[in-house]
Amino acid sequence: MITGTILIRGGTVLDETGERRSDVLIKDGAIAEVSEGIGLQAGTQVLDAEGCIVSPGLVDIQVHFREPGREESETIETGARAAALGGNTAVVAMPNTQPPLDDAKIVSSVLEQGRRAACLVTVAGCITKGRAGIELAPMGELYDLGVRMFTDDGDCVADANVMRRAFEYALALPGAVISQHAEDPALVAGGHMHEGAWSARLGIPGRPGEAESTIVARDIALARLTGGRYHVLHMSTGAATQLVRAAKAEGLRVTAEASPQHFTLTDEKCSGFDPVFKMNPPLRPESDVAAIVAGLADGTIDAIATDHAPHSPETKELPFEEAPPGMLGVETALAVAITRLVETGIMSLADVLAAMSWRPARIAGLDAHGHGLPVVAGNPANLCVIDPLETWVVDQQCLSSKSFNTPWEGWKLTGKARHTILRGEAVVAYGEATR
Amino acid sequence: MAESPAGESRAYYHNHDSDYERRAVVFSADDLRRAQVRIAHEIVERNHGATDVVLVGLHDRGPEIAHRLAGAIASFEGVQVPVGTLDVAFYRDDIGIRSVHPLGPTEVPVDVTGKIVVLIDDVLFTGRTIRAGLDALTELGRPQAIQLAVLIDRGHRELPIRADFVGKNLPTKISEDVRVRLRETDGSEDTIELWGPK
Amino acid sequence: MKHLLSISDLERSGIEAILDGAEHMASVLGREIPKVPALRGKTVANLFYEDSTRTRLSFETAAKRLSADTMTFTVASSSVKKGESLLDTVKTIEAMGIDALVVRHSAAGAPHRIAGWVDASVVNAGDGRHEHPTQALLDAFTLRRHRGPSLDGARIAIVGDVRNSRVARSGIECWTRLGAQVLVVGPPTLMPENLDGWPVTVQSNLDDVLGEIDVAYILRVQQERLGPAILPSLREYYMRYGLTADRAEQMKPDALVMHPGPMIRGPEIATEVADGPRSLIREQVANGIAVRMAVLWELIGSGGTL
Repeated sequence: MITGTILIRGGTVLDETGERRSDVLIKDGAIAEVSEGIGLQAGTQVLDAEGCIVSPGLVDIQVHFREPGREESETIETGARAAALGGNTAVVAMPNTQPPLDDAKIVSSVLEQGRRAACLVTVAGCITKGRAGIELAPMGELYDLGVRMFTDDGDCVADANVMRRAFEYALALPGAVISQHAEDPALVAGGHMHEGAWSARLGIPGRPGEAESTIVARDIALARLTGGRYHVLHMSTGAATQLVRAAKAEGLRVTAEASPQHFTLTDEKCSGFDPVFKMNPPLRPESDVAAIVAGLADGTIDAIATDHAPHSPETKELPFEEAPPGMLGVETALAVAITRLVETGIMSLADVLAAMSWRPARIAGLDAHGHGLPVVAGNPANLCVIDPLETWVVDQQCLSSKSFNTPWEGWKLTGKARHTILRGEAVVAYGEATR
Repeated sequence: MAESPAGESRAYYHNHDSDYERRAVVFSADDLRRAQVRIAHEIVERNHGATDVVLVGLHDRGPEIAHRLAGAIASFEGVQVPVGTLDVAFYRDDIGIRSVHPLGPTEVPVDVTGKIVVLIDDVLFTGRTIRAGLDALTELGRPQAIQLAVLIDRGHRELPIRADFVGKNLPTKISEDVRVRLRETDGSEDTIELWGPK
Repeated sequence: MKHLLSISDLERSGIEAILDGAEHMASVLGREIPKVPALRGKTVANLFYEDSTRTRLSFETAAKRLSADTMTFTVASSSVKKGESLLDTVKTIEAMGIDALVVRHSAAGAPHRIAGWVDASVVNAGDGRHEHPTQALLDAFTLRRHRGPSLDGARIAIVGDVRNSRVARSGIECWTRLGAQVLVVGPPTLMPENLDGWPVTVQSNLDDVLGEIDVAYILRVQQERLGPAILPSLREYYMRYGLTADRAEQMKPDALVMHPGPMIRGPEIATEVADGPRSLIREQVANGIAVRMAVLWELIGSGGTL
């Protein structure tokens, strides 16, 4: 474990305020000095950052760490380690655990573990009890424990009245955001992939893109009605992106995130029946993928979040229709984003980091925990050091997650987190987890 | 049949003409005609007539030879002997070892039970095709006797099988090919040639 | 050819080779001893996750006519219901020593997944709503026997629940490859959600096309696959799409009627039509064995040229 005084030497600091060549000195969990050519004191550990970007730690606001309930797939400890290896210093774990995070006791215990993990693991609380979509969960009580995001993720809050009341109730909880897995359950009932040319040919029941856009349209109307704050989880369609763009232009408090798979992979991937490509919302056709990329590029989509969804191998040893949806993501997201968005010239690295660090940190209230903040003296030392040019090949056996269901197996990617600093401790140094 | 790619269990058939050259013309068209007439006579002589005889040709050249023999018998004996065809693919012992495909229909127009069936093939080599033919034939009934007529016996038997009627005994090396061409099946003049590696 | 998973894996020549092979098999089946030792020593396992007595019996019979040993695993009598994963079940069966695995499953692509896990040849005997390639082949074989060697120009109307039909998906791929023109006829709620790239024309009114088709291929209404609000009622469906005797009269004199079975006599297809001179339904069943023999032979006997 590397703690105490750390000098990150030779890198380029890149944060919300801009870019500058600088060393970063870390003492007692906080940034002590940011300037060029900081001298080496006795007892200081040096982390080489030559050729690297020193950024506020990445923040992934949609992960599933399966604890409690499915610890054979992932735990808070293993998920956090994988996230740290991906450059994250904070994540938001979704509440669709077993039992779900709709209860203060369970949430406290998860948060307690999350504070000890290799990155800060906070949680989103349920909007409704048991994620059943009927009665509100104790949102205020969870808020008092520090919960800021609320969602029934995995399921959509389908009842418009329940959604309206959730928006209204959250108005009393400053910084709380109602987040939606936007897929109308009636329209996607029985569906396992995007409804389109491929689903029709494969004979796999589909989930139409309109299941997303109708819910997003409705929820935006409810946000307008109530003045509530709304966040679209893993947005996947061009139609929904256009709705969010218009809502933002109107001045509504609406944000959205997209996952690497939705801005990179298309539904054609399902044609081999490999359930590693199954997720909800499903992989979409090229036109939607292009619209998501455009939404990221013009800032309509605020954040990149992975929906990291580990499934133990046996659950993927099933036919496509019987396998559970979800893909790994926390260790590969940065590299996929750099490869797909930066190397292609679509976005700058600064814009990608904005979508992976300070903007999501603000959506989830993690700035208050010292994440996504500018790299200046006095701020908590939650940082990641990124080698933006390192190329590597994804090998599921080499990923740190307990599960293997990565859709990026065999992909040659560019960009890797070299060091990750959590509260002044190098939880990842030179690409290796230290705890 | 014996020389076809779907034929024997060892790779005796050589397709690379560039590596092979003709060594001898074994039968000209006239030689072949005389041999066929002689075999037809022998079949009738051996069986004291042609009344119970059925000629069954093994695909792919046997059926044509059977028709020629039947024609000859009809011309000198005045009896039209039934002619059948037999495909042995499903009875071969080298299924799974090499590519095997049916070459034609199995059609025997009469019940073979109690009949004298003469199996007819162009070249007798290892005997494995004939062995398969015996199995295929006995599934159709219980002949009184089964005899074998071939145009060429080139030796190298791997089973205890011998021909009753032979056009010509031709000592060969295992690396050599006996190439049979018939007007009807191969679209050229009747000829049987011996080919070997250059 | 290692596996038969999907018609789209086959070119026209490959389909024709299988159909030619089926002619040899049909001749075997016509003999007094309808059996050949072609697959002696081979083992064919039937793995049926979905009950289908007719398809299972057809494959079993096909394997036995070729002298293969057969084993059959059905959901009800296996450990599948105890929660064993597909991979484990398949590996267990493979450990018993098999050459071919015939798979019927309610989920699309299950045979494709299995093919990636085993050394044995896999035959798709129907996977979810995806494909049922041997059904399409036996239908083509049956039609060929009635129409001569080619289906070129034949107009085949597939009537009914095309959306949920693996028979339709395989049939469309197979018959159009052989030169047929395929129409799909039924209410829009039973048409595939997206027909981009499908070589078919769509008709929603059966009566409009009856006079111009060569084959009416009637699909079973799969009540178990119908969701809510698909049809007002089965009665209304049959009124519009049932092949009644009156409708059969509208067809061309030499037009044929086919059905993959099991059929619902009465509303779906009138008894006098199903048993009438146009009907190939019984022949379809008989030809299923010859075609499946040809498929098994091609996969684990012939040594393969496809």
